[in-house]
Amino acid sequence: MTKHHLELSGVEMSFDTPNGPFKALDNIHLHIERGEFVSLIGHSGCGKSTVLNVVAGLLQATRGGCVLDGREVNAPGPERAVVFQNHSLMPWLTVFENVALAVRQVFRKRMGKREMTDWVHHNLELVNMTHAANKRPGEISGGMAQRVGIARALAMQPSVLLMDEPFGALDALTRAHLQDTLMGIQQELNSTVIMITHDVDEAVLLSDRIVMMTNGPAATIGEIVDIDLARPRDRVVLADHPDYVHYRQRVLRFLYEKQVFPSEHAPQTPPESSERETATDVLAEEI
Amino acid sequence: MSTLTPTMTLMARLRERLPGRSGRDLMQALTLPVVGIVLFLMCWQLVAPRIDTSLGQFPSPGQVWHQAGQLWQEHQNERQRAERYIEMQEARNQRILADNPDAEVKIRDYPGAPTFIDQIGTSLITVLAGFLLASVIAIPLGILIGLNRHFAAAANPLIQIFKPVSPLAWLPLVTMVVSAVYVSEDPLFEKAFITSMITVTLCSLWPTLINTSTGVSSVDPDLVNVSRVLRLPFLTHTRKVVLPAAVPQIFTGLRVSLGIAWMVLIAAEMLAQNPGLGKFVWDEFQNGSSDSLSRIMVAVLAIGFIGYLLDRIMLLLQRQVAWNE
Ligand SMILES: Nc1ncnc2c1ncn2[C@@H]1O[C@H](COP(=O)(O)OP(=O)(O)OP(=O)(O)O)[C@@H](O)[C@H]1O
Ligand SMILES: [Mg+2]
Repeated sequence: MTKHHLELSGVEMSFDTPNGPFKALDNIHLHIERGEFVSLIGHSGCGKSTVLNVVAGLLQATRGGCVLDGREVNAPGPERAVVFQNHSLMPWLTVFENVALAVRQVFRKRMGKREMTDWVHHNLELVNMTHAANKRPGEISGGMAQRVGIARALAMQPSVLLMDEPFGALDALTRAHLQDTLMGIQQELNSTVIMITHDVDEAVLLSDRIVMMTNGPAATIGEIVDIDLARPRDRVVLADHPDYVHYRQRVLRFLYEKQVFPSEHAPQTPPESSERETATDVLAEEI
Repeated sequence: MSTLTPTMTLMARLRERLPGRSGRDLMQALTLPVVGIVLFLMCWQLVAPRIDTSLGQFPSPGQVWHQAGQLWQEHQNERQRAERYIEMQEARNQRILADNPDAEVKIRDYPGAPTFIDQIGTSLITVLAGFLLASVIAIPLGILIGLNRHFAAAANPLIQIFKPVSPLAWLPLVTMVVSAVYVSEDPLFEKAFITSMITVTLCSLWPTLINTSTGVSSVDPDLVNVSRVLRLPFLTHTRKVVLPAAVPQIFTGLRVSLGIAWMVLIAAEMLAQNPGLGKFVWDEFQNGSSDSLSRIMVAVLAIGFIGYLLDRIMLLLQRQVAWNE
């Protein structure tokens, strides 16, 4: 058996709900090598965050599991740093203190005080945020806060960086800028990244592989596309590169032809009169 | 003209201190409250003579104002008398000691009755003691309840049942229990003080408790996840994530608690004859002199004003401490 950096094998995830167990994920197998950049893409609600949370250890798979560097994952830890969708900085701490909280926790046994301070500043520099070190998250823009969130995750020196729609809430320009920053950092540090995204261009531009998920319930991996584009990548040059266009089309075809948006799958038959009561019950519960 | 100028400079100074507000806004901000107060005083002035009580007419604003001055004067007189008493006592003791250095001298406190101002002081000390005790109990307990689902489920019915209990219901129990339990040769505090304080604590504990526990339990789950990823130990997690996140809610609770504490205290003092403003009101009521109603009215206004000041102080404190202000 060859050893992979990160292995997901036979992951199944069921949630207990008032209406009985809900199987969100089924039979997820995925191997990721060191230094790889993998994107997860799929329709809303298919279970991408659930996959990420299983890798992070924030959720425990009901069956199967996740092995990182030969060790089974069963609790969260700083070697699997997470960048959350809405930055998740402590609003009462300054930018510096937010990163320092992580650094102190992870490195307090290995670094001196001075060294830790320098390390915080170094990571803020990576994302170009040194100028706002003493500001609170409420005083900086969403894009800046997201950069700090990335700096905090990088500062933990994780073996895997997990990102849940890190740029989802940002405008196109800021997003493009942060994508370039992330690409640069990833190449420099050769970090392993798993990123969830809804944006096909973002996935193709950043990834070594794109993992496309089928719709839930019991979502699994539908297809995997290897993106064989030379790095460093330039979005402008790539825009009409034939390979780029081809990869883009493959992802789009998967999303919009093979996996139609879930609501279009839903049965459209009107409820019969004898079943009206149950139908309104269901409706009430959905609301 | 001469009276107008100081007002104008005052306005100008106020305007400087409130940048961003135009002159008109400021005028409005000041005028309307003044109009409200003037209207209230006018109504009071009109209605007061029409209300005849067994203690005479209901006092007008002027009479109440006069009585306030009177109460202040009484306080000053009493102070002077107390000083003289202490001086005389000291002089006498000196004399006794000069005659016989081994003689045992007695030092007695001034035996005069507490004045209105003294009663305010007593009430303030009691309310702060009761409120502090309530906070010291409610905040840690609220944190525990907020952190632990099982604990919350166990505590919830008790909170719901005890929260609405009026101070008047607690008071007899507290009085009896304090008399039974707090027995000491040389008590550090008076029993009456302990009774009032505990009653205040029992009634004012709940808003802080409830707000702290909801504040703690509703910490943004993403922040909790950050803490889990960092593997923060329980105490660090509580100190660095849970508490700061809950501080705004805790302060909201504290403000409500302090308001309740002040209201409860007056009632408790009245009913239990514990020293303080409540007792002042009760004594005046029992006294039944022609001044009683105005003196009670002074007390009512003082109680309201002090309650307002206490709330303002809490607000200032909140601005200092809470990150969302
Ligand atoms: N704690 C939970 N309890 C019950 N059901 C859950 C829970 N968490 C997620 N689910 C369900 O699992 C499914 C997958 O959720 P998940 O959040 O992983 O989707 P997603 O792909 O990240 O969606 P989005 O793109 O909108 O973020 C959804 O149907 C969701 O309702
Ligand atoms: Mg998600």
